[in-house]
Amino acid sequence: MIALFKKYYYGDIPDDNSGGSSKPLPTGGDLEGAWPLWEVFIRSKQGLDHKHAGSLHAADAQMAIENARDVYTRRNEGISIWVVESKYIHASNPDDAESFYEPATDKIYRHPTFYSLPDELKHM
Amino acid sequence: MNDALISYILHLADNTLILAQQNSAWCAHGPILEQDIAITNISLDLLGQARNFYQYAAQIINSAKAPSPLKRAGGEVTEDTLAYLRDTRDFKNCLLVEQANGDWGKTILRQFLFSNYQYLLYEKLQHSNDEQIAAIAAKALKEVIYHLRWSSEWVIRLGDGTEESHQRMQNAIDELCMYVDELFTKADYETALLKENISVDVSLLKNAWYKKTGEIFSEATLKIPENVFQQTGGKQGIHTERLGYILAEMQFMQRAYPNSVW
Repeated sequence: MIALFKKYYYGDIPDDNSGGSSKPLPTGGDLEGAWPLWEVFIRSKQGLDHKHAGSLHAADAQMAIENARDVYTRRNEGISIWVVESKYIHASNPDDAESFYEPATDKIYRHPTFYSLPDELKHM
Repeated sequence: MNDALISYILHLADNTLILAQQNSAWCAHGPILEQDIAITNISLDLLGQARNFYQYAAQIINSAKAPSPLKRAGGEVTEDTLAYLRDTRDFKNCLLVEQANGDWGKTILRQFLFSNYQYLLYEKLQHSNDEQIAAIAAKALKEVIYHLRWSSEWVIRLGDGTEESHQRMQNAIDELCMYVDELFTKADYETALLKENISVDVSLLKNAWYKKTGEIFSEATLKIPENVFQQTGGKQGIHTERLGYILAEMQFMQRAYPNSVW
């Protein structure tokens, strides 16, 4: 039962054992191995973009959307749902973090904060 | 007229309360986490509907001057006294909803058979001449549409699934189909309220119900057995043995510790 509650975070979705499986559905017992993992994205009433809400297991897209409705919108969180099988999400490797992200930390000139704005310009 | 109205509202409330109580037993026992939440959501939807109906019934009972056997110990009637302090003979739910959960397939099938009925009923009931009943039905209809969609999906999945899931669904049909006709058999209180267009003539829903059920079953490769002897009585308070067990568990706390609160 414990295995059902494994939570995946960005960047650590395993490539090999997540996502769809070609194994036939078992008739009972260990569903974990058979139902693919899906990532759920919810758009809230206020938001324009779909935000990652979490993941869940489902046999197909239809079931994934219904499961997402039941699991992630029961407290009025959203008005639109996207689901995608986790295996189709490719994540950056945490080991690359140094070369990927650190070079940007000392390049403050990339932020548009070095311009003096005329007083007439409002709402910036 | 008042007695019939109270009976009718209690009938609507009891249907949803008993099914809610039964479904809630799946909480933490669902086949997978997601479906555990789904069936519990449905249970809570039904409980919410029951509360609306009970609150309305309590309001009518309290405003009537005549003494009511439901007013126990001289106190006011509330939704809680109606749910927790009536005995099996007072409950007017149909027999279908008090049938045992069985396996997941049977619970799904029970939900489908009932949601299909409830959908057709509330669709008409939202135009009832009783404004309060109409409003409750209109609000609940949105929930029921989802229950019907969800349970239909599962009936198809399991019926047209593996050999074992198909067999289990067919067994569930054999166990539950004898409680279907009661849904479409008018009780005296339903007949009494027809003239004023407060209740719905449930006998007229039967064809639409069988049409929808037939569509889903044919997609699910399931068969409805024919010429099954039909059980009735629940709507008049004549129940199967199981309702006693359901109430015993549900009402225990209020019976053992009267007026206890959270």
